[in-house]
Amino acid sequence: MSVQTLLYIGGRLVKGAVVLLVIAVFNFFLIRAAPGDPAKVLAGEAGATDEIFLQQLRDQFGLDEPLYYQLWVYVSNLMQFDMGMSYRQQMPVFDLIMERMPATLLLTGTAFLLSILLGVAAGVIAAAYHRKIWDSVITVAALIFYATPLFWLAMMASLFFSVYLEWLPSFGMQSVGEDLTGWQKITDIAMHLILPATTLGLFFTAVYARMTRTSMIETSRLDFVKTAKAKGMKPSRVTTHHVLRNALLPVVTLAGLQAGQLIGGAVLTETVFAWPGIGRLMFEALFQRDYNLLLGVFFISSALVVLFNLITDVIYLIVDPRIELSK
Amino acid sequence: MKPLLKVENLSIRLPKGGDREFAIRNVNYNLMPGELLCVVGESGSGKSMTANAIMGLLPKVIEVDQGAVIFDDCDLISLEENRARDLRGNRISMIFQEPMTALNPLMRVEDQISEVFLIHTDMPASERQKRTLALLEDVGLPDPKKMLRAYPHQLSGGQRQRVMIAMALALEPSILIADEPTTALDVTTQAQILKLVKELQKKHNTAVMFITHDFGVVAEIADRVVVMEKGEMVELGKSDDVLNNPQHDYTKKLIAAVPPLAAPLREVKEHLEPPILSVKNLCKTYSTGGSWFSKARIVKAADDVSFELHRGETLGLVGESGSGKSTVSRCVVRLLESDSGQIILGGSEIQSLGAKELSPFRKRIQMVFQDPYASLNPRKTIGKIIADGPIAQGMSPKAALEKAAELLELVELPKAAIDRYPHEFSGGQRQRIGIARALAHDPEILVADEAISALDVSVQAQILDLIETLKKRLNLAVLFVVHDLRVAAQVCDRVIVMQTGKIVEIGETSQVFEAPAHEYTKGLIASIPGANWRSGNVEATPTELAEALA
Repeated sequence: MSVQTLLYIGGRLVKGAVVLLVIAVFNFFLIRAAPGDPAKVLAGEAGATDEIFLQQLRDQFGLDEPLYYQLWVYVSNLMQFDMGMSYRQQMPVFDLIMERMPATLLLTGTAFLLSILLGVAAGVIAAAYHRKIWDSVITVAALIFYATPLFWLAMMASLFFSVYLEWLPSFGMQSVGEDLTGWQKITDIAMHLILPATTLGLFFTAVYARMTRTSMIETSRLDFVKTAKAKGMKPSRVTTHHVLRNALLPVVTLAGLQAGQLIGGAVLTETVFAWPGIGRLMFEALFQRDYNLLLGVFFISSALVVLFNLITDVIYLIVDPRIELSK
Repeated sequence: MKPLLKVENLSIRLPKGGDREFAIRNVNYNLMPGELLCVVGESGSGKSMTANAIMGLLPKVIEVDQGAVIFDDCDLISLEENRARDLRGNRISMIFQEPMTALNPLMRVEDQISEVFLIHTDMPASERQKRTLALLEDVGLPDPKKMLRAYPHQLSGGQRQRVMIAMALALEPSILIADEPTTALDVTTQAQILKLVKELQKKHNTAVMFITHDFGVVAEIADRVVVMEKGEMVELGKSDDVLNNPQHDYTKKLIAAVPPLAAPLREVKEHLEPPILSVKNLCKTYSTGGSWFSKARIVKAADDVSFELHRGETLGLVGESGSGKSTVSRCVVRLLESDSGQIILGGSEIQSLGAKELSPFRKRIQMVFQDPYASLNPRKTIGKIIADGPIAQGMSPKAALEKAAELLELVELPKAAIDRYPHEFSGGQRQRIGIARALAHDPEILVADEAISALDVSVQAQILDLIETLKKRLNLAVLFVVHDLRVAAQVCDRVIVMQTGKIVEIGETSQVFEAPAHEYTKGLIASIPGANWRSGNVEATPTELAEALA
């Protein structure tokens, strides 16, 4: 990697940090603007309602300080990579998130890979059979998955494969009460993973399929494809070496967008399938007005978006030689 | 001698609903070993269609109706696909019109060329690289070793076309089909590429089928010529015979429409009035890129440009792409903001005026654009397109539409065109609409930015004639941006020659063409294809040309 590239990445990281700080401040006010009081929620759960107890809680979390002071404390802690304590769970926010991170990454990562592979493959096939039956089948299927709400699909899949066919577990990440190890454990998790990962991935599979198809068809009309044919190449080589590589460029952009949602994008799926991931953590934190935890999840999600934007741009530098830095 | 390739009674049908039934019909010609055969015709004449049929590159919807193409005792039309594939790029290869888009943007030059060896031979990788390098040297690319690693976007148009030629000649094919390979190139680059093709043809004894619309190119390189009109072959003969003694009426028309390369004698006008437009020290720079870490690349598109334009005069602005001629024309009408300098229109300085003060001056100087297809709003009727300007300047819509109808008559289009949409018109008709639009403001100055370069040669002559007539009738001053020196020689009273943003020469047209003072101008004129053909005394003015066509 050239010095220029490293400088570029460095510059982007600095800009990214500034963006993250702005986002953190914005999130802070956004959450305070929502109605609700964490102290009341906590007290309610403890069955205590007297004013002194509430005051104690507020005091403990610093909730009775002026807003600007709370912001200052939050931001300065954040600058030292301290995201504070969860009010309710009495644990550092960072630890809570990291505890849930593997489960979420497993789910969203699988869905991510699955949707790229399936989507691109479907798009290539549809383009190869342009205006023939396979094209129509894939286009219609993609449209259906694109239009169907995710949670409904999740529930139907769960009903059909778990309740009716009893093939796959319907919730959780591991079987309850069985102390599995080694391969058995991996298989068990994999079985639990199939339904949520598929439902989560289907939407993006559809998007990739549609985009790849259009892009393949457009690219195959370009002049250099004619040049390739004029060289006497087999159609399969024309497709893989000339059309596909060029057609995948817009797909990279889309993959970057999807990758940015790897953490925050699975709330519905995790809730329906009771997957112990960050999405559910966030969902619960929302109802409990657990400000610090919620802000922590927001922050990590936005950091990931910023990071993947940068990664996408760097990937572009590698795959598209036409993009040159500062020239 | 036995012909290398025989096109026999070839007919190709167009899909239903096309403007005619056959793309080409009963075409017969032979390609002899080692000869350079030019296939000439205007757009839509079917000249490329034959080439694509030979290469098996016809779009799927188009089928060969009847006939055969015989090469090596087999018929290429009915040959099985996998056998045809073995010939393609190997025994018969092809180069295309648009070098900018004909190479895969994501592959290095080396990979694209050596792919030919990879497909057709079992050469080891080291041998492939050696041969690729030798090819790059053969086609005269600078620094071939470095060129191997380059991507297409790093090369100029001419260099890309050389890469295409290297690719096509990799396996020393018997036949090279070149489909308008120099049309998109500048005149000096074109001259180099033509020379290269001719040299390589001689060296390897390759038969070349060269498709072009430009009779200058034909005069420069052809051994024999086939002339196509609307899918039919109208004339076939030796280059000299066809060019100097054409038999068919269509060929005669086409050749008459090629502007001779010498300026007609014009009286040198004494301008008593002050110039209608004077441009003083105009500068415009473009900077691209530039960020926290690096300097921007600065291009001087107009570098201290000064000239004057009088009423009733046509001033040509000639130069190659990147010379800044379009930038200057756009700065003059203030579509682009210049960095410094003065633009004095009828005594008033307009370079520094704000949008509001500029508005009344806008109508005095109007522009006709290059691309007749992209410069008219496809969702508006012709009447609306023409009337919009006057309405914006405060004319009532009714009066503006009436005026639009008059203007259509002025540019020789039927009044009924007023309610129709741009897509219903041909390129030449659209350019007439573009001219009508510009005239809607009763301008004093007309700026024509390559207004005829997208048109066929016979249509070009008609539009040039129209502009000439209008100029005389309305006493217009015309600033004519043009890259075609033959056209410039015919229509301009004076010409400005530009190179990299600077004016290198300015003078009476006949003087610039007969005794160019600057080296660059000399180079440009020497590069014009077929410079020795139709260069002598000039009998036809654009008006006469158009009459010849009528």
